Amino acid sequence: MTGPAISLRGVVKTFGERRAVDGLDLDIAPGTCVGLLGPNGAGKSTTMKMLTGQAIADSGTLSVLGLELPRQSKLARARMGVVPQDDNLDEDLTVGQAVEVFAALYRVPRSERPEAVDKALAIATLQDRRRDSVKELSGGMRRRLLIGRALVHSPEVLLLDEPTVGLDPQVRSELWGLISRLRDEGVTILMSTHYIEEAERLADDVAVMALGRVVARGVPSELVAKHVGSEALEVHAPASRLADITARAVAAGLPTRRTGASLSVLRAETFSPIDVGATGPEVGLRRRAAVLEDVFVVLTGDTGEEVA
Amino acid sequence: MRVDRSAVGGVLLRNYVVFLRTWRSNTVISVVDPVISLLAFGFGFGALVAKVGNIDYVEYVGTGIVAQTVLFTTIFPGMFETFFKRDYQHTYDGLLAAPVDAIDVVTAEALWLAAKASVFGLAPLTVAMVFGLDPAAGMLLIPLIGLVTGFGFACVGIFIAALASSFAAFDYVISMLVTPLFLFAGTFFPLQGLPDWVRLVAHLNPLFHTVELIRHAAFGLQPLTDLGHAVFLAGFGVLAWAVASRRMQKRLVA
Ligand SMILES: Nc1ncnc2c1ncn2[C@@H]1O[C@H](COP(=O)(O)OP(=O)(O)O)[C@@H](O)[C@H]1O
Ligand SMILES: [Mg+2]
Repeated sequence: MTGPAISLRGVVKTFGERRAVDGLDLDIAPGTCVGLLGPNGAGKSTTMKMLTGQAIADSGTLSVLGLELPRQSKLARARMGVVPQDDNLDEDLTVGQAVEVFAALYRVPRSERPEAVDKALAIATLQDRRRDSVKELSGGMRRRLLIGRALVHSPEVLLLDEPTVGLDPQVRSELWGLISRLRDEGVTILMSTHYIEEAERLADDVAVMALGRVVARGVPSELVAKHVGSEALEVHAPASRLADITARAVAAGLPTRRTGASLSVLRAETFSPIDVGATGPEVGLRRRAAVLEDVFVVLTGDTGEEVA
Repeated sequence: MRVDRSAVGGVLLRNYVVFLRTWRSNTVISVVDPVISLLAFGFGFGALVAKVGNIDYVEYVGTGIVAQTVLFTTIFPGMFETFFKRDYQHTYDGLLAAPVDAIDVVTAEALWLAAKASVFGLAPLTVAMVFGLDPAAGMLLIPLIGLVTGFGFACVGIFIAALASSFAAFDYVISMLVTPLFLFAGTFFPLQGLPDWVRLVAHLNPLFHTVELIRHAAFGLQPLTDLGHAVFLAGFGVLAWAVASRRMQKRLVA
């Protein structure tokens, strides 16, 4: 295929008065892993739902694998795997059955199902839990099962909606390993997340989303260079001084962000502390490299701190 | 909206696989409940009322409870299970992300409940036979009557679930709709004694037609009348299915 695997143009979706998605443009090239990075409420899940025909856009055009949505949605869905934000595993089934049922739903021919199920369970590394009830799985295993299940029909496109939300750090990094293997195999992946580290680790390419649209797009290092420069000046000082420094930085057109008790002034390679009034005995200074989180905070206005 | 056979087949398979692991609790309730009603009414009232027309009361109630079983084992799960799967288990999110549409989900769910109900309806029939109901060739039609009736009422349940925003809403439906449906259908007592207008309204109750058909299947068919009942039930099924599918589509796809 030559065109993009996923393409959205000027997509708008409102719920009553609320514009969940507001003029979204997004192209995903085949074989790439794109991270849709945005704070809660940015419209990530709504975007995913439109791609599976579970939400219908008010305007704009959407296509997946060259198929036009929502008109050809069923054909597109047959070639897509979806890992939803909300766990929807059938609690009553065994691990093996949970995958088998989806093999049927995704129209894997009956004769090929046993092999497809084996493969999906291997991806999820749950072969030895096959006969156990889904109820008995831990949170991390359930996520792995959701991912394996989504791959039972060898889809060309995989949608992952916040794949590690609510999981502890160890389980998260285990899932990152799994997703990164899929990426290496050439599956086109669109992964939404509000964890910067997740996007940084897994995505070839990041689209930062805020208030229903993409506000920045590119590989993480380029995004950092473009939006926040190479260095950040971290300033520790009493609140009144911080307010003053912030005002002077903003006046100079420098992006800033607050992190707890400190202030980061970005593009620190372009000015000296005196330029923003960051001098004196009660001011502590530290230079650090700018990171993707700075871009995220500056562009989305979100603190980037975890809100569970 | 068009029904897609492989999508419906996939959802039916899902239900079947779940059923293989949960059938005990599911079946016991569906079977024991009508049998208790049959014993209670058959012998409780049966002591006061010997016959309705020329039918023994226990046989009259026995056939009525077949219809009641079909109603209860379709409309209730249609409401509660559908609501639970949609809002708590997120089952339909998973199905709709696959090549399955709302109409396929509704069709499969209704067919599944109807198929089970047509079998569950045989439990009170069997018990009634133990208490003297004579087997008849026409009874072979009873599972089919149960299937058509059950499909319609499953769709009614699914339609209500698609409208409801909480489980609490079902309380109203049960007292305002389900109770009159099963009381005014000639299940436990004949409609003859009721005021004319009630009888008239009762003729719009699909379950009334089911009860008539089942009694005729057991005690003697009346081809022309029964064709009328059958057409009414089939029409009810198609209408309920169309309305439930539309409503569920609106509810599942924002
Ligand atoms: N079904 C819905 N009905 C009403 N509002 C919704 C619905 N789904 C999402 N929204 C609203 O749309 C906005 C975007 O939500 P969502 O796409 O879930 O964001 P994200 O996944 O990025 O956290 C939020 O303000 C949310 O409350
Ligand atoms: Mg979300």
